Amino acid sequence: MDWTNQKSQSMDWTNQGNAMANLTVNGKSFDVDVEPDTPLLWAIRENIGLTGTKYGCGIAQCGACTVHVDGVAMRSCGVLVSEAVGKKITTIEGLAGNGALHKVQQAWIANDVPQCGYCQSGMIMAVAALLKDNPKPTDQDIDDAITNICRCGTFKQVREAIHAAANV
Amino acid sequence: MNHMPALNRRAFVIGTAAVGTGLALGLDIPFGGPTVVRAADGSPEINAWVVIQPDDTVVIRIARSEMGQGTLTGLAQLVAEELECDWSKVTTEYPTPGQSVARKRVWGDFSTGGSRGIRTSNEYVRKGGATARMMLIQAAANEWKVPASECTAANSIITHTPSGRTTTYGKVAEAAAKVEPPTEVKLKDPKDWKLVGKGVKRLDTADKTTGKMTYGIDIKLPGMLNAAIKACPVFGGKLKSYDEAKAMGMKGVKKVVKVGDYAVAVVADTWWHAKTALEAMPIAWDEGENAKVSSASIAKWLEEGFDDSQPAFVGNENGDAKAAIAKAAKKVEAVYNYPYQNHATMEPMNATVLYTGDRCDVWCGTQNGEAAFAATLEASGLPADKCDVHKQILGGGFGRRGQTDYVRQAVAIAKQMPGTPIKLLWSREEDMQHGAYHPITQVKMTGAFDADNNLTALRMRISGQSILFSLRPEALVNGKDPATFAGLNATGEAAIGYSVPNLLIDHSMRNPHVPPGFWRGVNVNQNAIYLECFMDELAHAAGQDPLAFRRKLMATHPKHLAVLNAVAEKIGWDKPAPQGVFRGIAQHMGYGSYVAGAAEVSVTDSNKIKVHRIVAATDPGYAVNPAQIERQIAGSFVYGLTGLFYGGCTVKDGRIEQANFDTYNSMRIAEMPKVESIVMPSGGFWGGVGEPTICVAGPAVLNAYFAATGKRLRSVPLRDQNITFA
Repeated sequence: MDWTNQKSQSMDWTNQGNAMANLTVNGKSFDVDVEPDTPLLWAIRENIGLTGTKYGCGIAQCGACTVHVDGVAMRSCGVLVSEAVGKKITTIEGLAGNGALHKVQQAWIANDVPQCGYCQSGMIMAVAALLKDNPKPTDQDIDDAITNICRCGTFKQVREAIHAAANV
Repeated sequence: MNHMPALNRRAFVIGTAAVGTGLALGLDIPFGGPTVVRAADGSPEINAWVVIQPDDTVVIRIARSEMGQGTLTGLAQLVAEELECDWSKVTTEYPTPGQSVARKRVWGDFSTGGSRGIRTSNEYVRKGGATARMMLIQAAANEWKVPASECTAANSIITHTPSGRTTTYGKVAEAAAKVEPPTEVKLKDPKDWKLVGKGVKRLDTADKTTGKMTYGIDIKLPGMLNAAIKACPVFGGKLKSYDEAKAMGMKGVKKVVKVGDYAVAVVADTWWHAKTALEAMPIAWDEGENAKVSSASIAKWLEEGFDDSQPAFVGNENGDAKAAIAKAAKKVEAVYNYPYQNHATMEPMNATVLYTGDRCDVWCGTQNGEAAFAATLEASGLPADKCDVHKQILGGGFGRRGQTDYVRQAVAIAKQMPGTPIKLLWSREEDMQHGAYHPITQVKMTGAFDADNNLTALRMRISGQSILFSLRPEALVNGKDPATFAGLNATGEAAIGYSVPNLLIDHSMRNPHVPPGFWRGVNVNQNAIYLECFMDELAHAAGQDPLAFRRKLMATHPKHLAVLNAVAEKIGWDKPAPQGVFRGIAQHMGYGSYVAGAAEVSVTDSNKIKVHRIVAATDPGYAVNPAQIERQIAGSFVYGLTGLFYGGCTVKDGRIEQANFDTYNSMRIAEMPKVESIVMPSGGFWGGVGEPTICVAGPAVLNAYFAATGKRLRSVPLRDQNITFA
């Protein structure tokens, strides 16, 4: 049964009414039929169909849902769709560019960082934003900027991989 | 209310326990014979463990679940070692429990807990690889019309040594699949391993960095609807009534369904709509007697278990501890406790079900595919050949996903909407408040010394909850829960590392209504804190160095001693610590492995602890992938120290008070100590690696805190004593 691999098939709810919001995600425009107070996380996952962005807490504590909004790392469970309209949203699926993985993704693979991997989309997005603003972060910078929860406890490898990516 | 163990308690066998029954009643489709068994893409199975595709791709079947611990990669290494295949061409796949039942459990046990994934299956998976290698060689030999004994295999290439002719696994796979499997298979001597023992990279990393990896929460089926659920917040309580019309009037809502007699679910187009409607819907509960229970009432009941007049199960005893304590020159006493803790897997519980009336398919992350399968049969009422479970990579397990409650719920909902796929997802709040909690216990420790400061007796009176009583009552031994004594037993895979002339360790079993579960490390978590912190107290009372004091009691426990010595040496126990830094040490045994830890901490304002460094050692017998073992050690410390500092679930009005990560915190990178691992496999036995080390971080840090402050911390979590990370 091959149904589980239909990742590109986004749900089509357009028969339920007019689209109420236009979102720009990974360079593409999406009309989504959601209430304006819907968290961006759920519009991304359920309406646009990009599931790399994860639900972990819904209260902006854990960071599993981190995306870039106009280049800034934000916890998408705490951003309303109405606040995201007109902004450039990047999810983990849109981080790689021109067919090459982002240097953070490459460092993650080279350092064998993920364990279960569930938090890593958000972790990678948070780190990518950090390195954009601060290309050579110190350990203290990392401690201050990266506050994502990882229950498997990959922090040792996360730190090593951040430094590795910074030195590319 | 609270239950004491009763001899004639009805054995309510669920989950893993039901698997046996489910399988016994399962299908018996004949396999084998002249036809080749084929994988989904048509490639031939050499045997159940190995499929070789024409382009030499090697597909290794993995029955155990991958939840981050690296078992998938380790098991593949074990098969590949004997298969002599090209590691760069290895991929893996999960067989389904339904397929396994249909093939007379050809893949054996699916359960992935107790750090068993590799240690209990290594022999038969290696045999699977070796058998396949012999069949591939035989096929090549047949084609060349030469004796198989003249051929060798390496890197997926078969060579006829005398002639130098070669072929590849991909070319002979079709013929190999028809070769009669050898009856005698000799496994390699561990000293000849080339791939096993190497810290190769995980096989499942790339998709975890791009968002492509599919977890249960990501499943999409055509026409699928989403369900949000709320169970009675008081465990054991019932659903009384709910305002269905209120939910039905909200956007996207398709149906409101009862789930058993204790929960209600809203089904909607999106999960966000389902959750929003569920939260808006008034629900009345019949909370029952359990609503009177609080953390204080549980603590009081547990304290009563210290009374010797209360019945208790003896876990380990030698000499006469009570008599020795009575005539001690000096006596030391202390009471410790360990709380309820939620697993808080990053991916909340979920399962997707398509029930059509005559078939039921489930997609979910599970630590035990067969238990999830058995739960599916039971909840759907359908036979084994009409059901299957399609396992997904787990967004964390830690023991929680060995339970099948979420599978049963999802099937119960889907049954009320035949033909429509339903994805049930728990909110974080539902997940936090309906866990299978680390069991709650207290302990009264007593040590006795003679006039020369020799330890003459040690008494541990544990009072509290049994996991097996609730989850696997059939595993109780005359009412006793042997798992309670993890790391305290006289012998076996979780044996105590000390010899004391008079020893008594017993357990007054008290089972509050809060459901317990297996939580990474399980009972070694509290037992290591109890024993190793108290050993520190005893050393202090005797005026001796904590390491020297332990060593004297460990003369006949060389493997326990070896890991302890290893961490002592690496942390520089004999040399002074840096200015303002203090050290603590601990050792324990669990899951067949010997583990030890030494911590360096500094303390400010007596309540802010900076854990600078932890040195850890483990002897798991064999180390299949040392790089992944190091990651398990460091990761287990995050889970264990999170439990020590933050991990307490408190009970008020019969329910768990904490609801999300704002009140049930988890360590961040800033709080992560440097971890230095010593992986020192001594061979001859197979121990686990996912759990054992977790238990030494806590006591090592607590003992270092004492060294820094002169104060003992005997209650977990530290959060509740206003102590936190610096």
